[in-house]
Amino acid sequence: MKKILIAAVFASFAISTVYADTVRMGTEGAYMPYNGIDDNGQFIGFEIDLGNELCKRANLDCAWVKNDWDSIIPNLKGGNYDTIIAGMSITEERMKEIDFTRPYTMPDPSTYVTLSGASVDLKSGVIAAQTGTIQASYIVDSGATLVEFATPDETIAAVRNGEADAVLADDAFLKPFVQESGGELSFAGDSVFIGGGVGMGIRKSDSSLKEKFNSAINSMCDDGSLNSLITEWEISETFPDCK
Amino acid sequence: MFNVCADPSTLTEFFWVICYLTTAKHFAFYVSFFVVLVLLAIAAPLSLLFGFIATIGTRSSNWFIQIFSKSYINMVRGIPDVVFFLFVPLALDQFFELIRHKIICFDVVEPIWQGTDFVVCKAAKLPLSTADLWVHQLYAFTLALIAFAIVFGAFAGNVLSGAMRSVSKTQTETGAAFGFTQKQIFWRILVPQMWIYAIPGLSNLWMLLIKATPLLFLLGVEDIVYWARELGGSKTSMYAYPHPDWRVYYFAGLLVFYLLMTWASSKVLKRLQIKLSKGQATMAGKELQGY
Repeated sequence: MKKILIAAVFASFAISTVYADTVRMGTEGAYMPYNGIDDNGQFIGFEIDLGNELCKRANLDCAWVKNDWDSIIPNLKGGNYDTIIAGMSITEERMKEIDFTRPYTMPDPSTYVTLSGASVDLKSGVIAAQTGTIQASYIVDSGATLVEFATPDETIAAVRNGEADAVLADDAFLKPFVQESGGELSFAGDSVFIGGGVGMGIRKSDSSLKEKFNSAINSMCDDGSLNSLITEWEISETFPDCK
Repeated sequence: MFNVCADPSTLTEFFWVICYLTTAKHFAFYVSFFVVLVLLAIAAPLSLLFGFIATIGTRSSNWFIQIFSKSYINMVRGIPDVVFFLFVPLALDQFFELIRHKIICFDVVEPIWQGTDFVVCKAAKLPLSTADLWVHQLYAFTLALIAFAIVFGAFAGNVLSGAMRSVSKTQTETGAAFGFTQKQIFWRILVPQMWIYAIPGLSNLWMLLIKATPLLFLLGVEDIVYWARELGGSKTSMYAYPHPDWRVYYFAGLLVFYLLMTWASSKVLKRLQIKLSKGQATMAGKELQGY
């Protein structure tokens, strides 16, 4: 009996050491240039390149998981995956639910986009944003009327078809839409700075994983690879305190 | 897929469309139609089975089984489907992981609920985090399937118990007079004759099931609605095939698919009804015999 017990304990140790290093990375896959799915069904984007590099540096075996935005925090807590790496800005409110690594982007300015030529009062008009984003809560606080959508793409469609007067989202996400709209869409008003930069969300109970990613992000900051990735994907300002 | 598609920006309109419709992402879309059909093919008989068992349960002489079956049928019928679809897979998943955690990681002392985090040991994860993507997808699909079977099983149970009550009393009494046991009466008289009364209700249920399949999307299974939204959404030049918002065309395609499903089902169900009416003491049965 004793032998069986010992064997079982060893076996369970063996199992945990084999599986300990696979980290499942949860992302939305619908928010280019942060994260997206290309036409071959592969993950692409700034965060995919970044995440793969971080895993290499932290010596982790990583697998990518797609999850809708509105359930992305509950499913992290339920253990469906181990990190959120989905353009999620670090905010006080989210810190109550989950932990974040250090930010891997500077606070990205959020900008309003409207139909060109439309005169929109951004303080009282109807503004579209994705559900559960920092922009959505900002709009509510600003006094404007918020219309929420489940996916980022639908917020732009709402402006195009007149359902909303403007959309508020990260500048990096909106820029390609404005540039390629052939003059149909344009930026309006001043950009606003909300949130404390984008970080990886990690369960509060998983502090060792957070430390691993923190040191990996720091090492990418120190050798300049973080800033060059940010420039490559046109995300935000580069970190002045990184190489 | 084809060699000509290597650089989409240089293609003529015709080839662009061909190449666009044959990307790996579109194939995932086409495959998801089969996912829906497979779901229907498994969920329908499974819910019929659940419903049948529940019906037998409501007729049981065992007090506990009877209460359990009755409350199953009534409770699930009364609660919105969506609540059940969200609850059942989540609860089942955590339940399975909890059991596995207790068995496999009996030596782990940390609590499973840490704050609001649900933490089981790595080896108890279902599926294991090292498992391939398709294993995770199959697992999610299976949980969704169970949710469908539970919800539609309750509806089916209601239809079937109604159908059993509709079978003429004279039939069962005749059976008793000939010395059939209760069991024999049930299996040889009641069950074979009840289907004709159950068919209208079950047909309706089948239609509801077809209509409910997009709920898969709610459960994180990448079904046709997911892909229609994903593929139809406007794409900037960061993608190989940039295009404006085409969701309306994709959703129109789904509309056609569901209409075809409904049309085909009503044809099949009509034939089934005629077949089951033969020799029955119902209006339809008498008409068939030329009365």
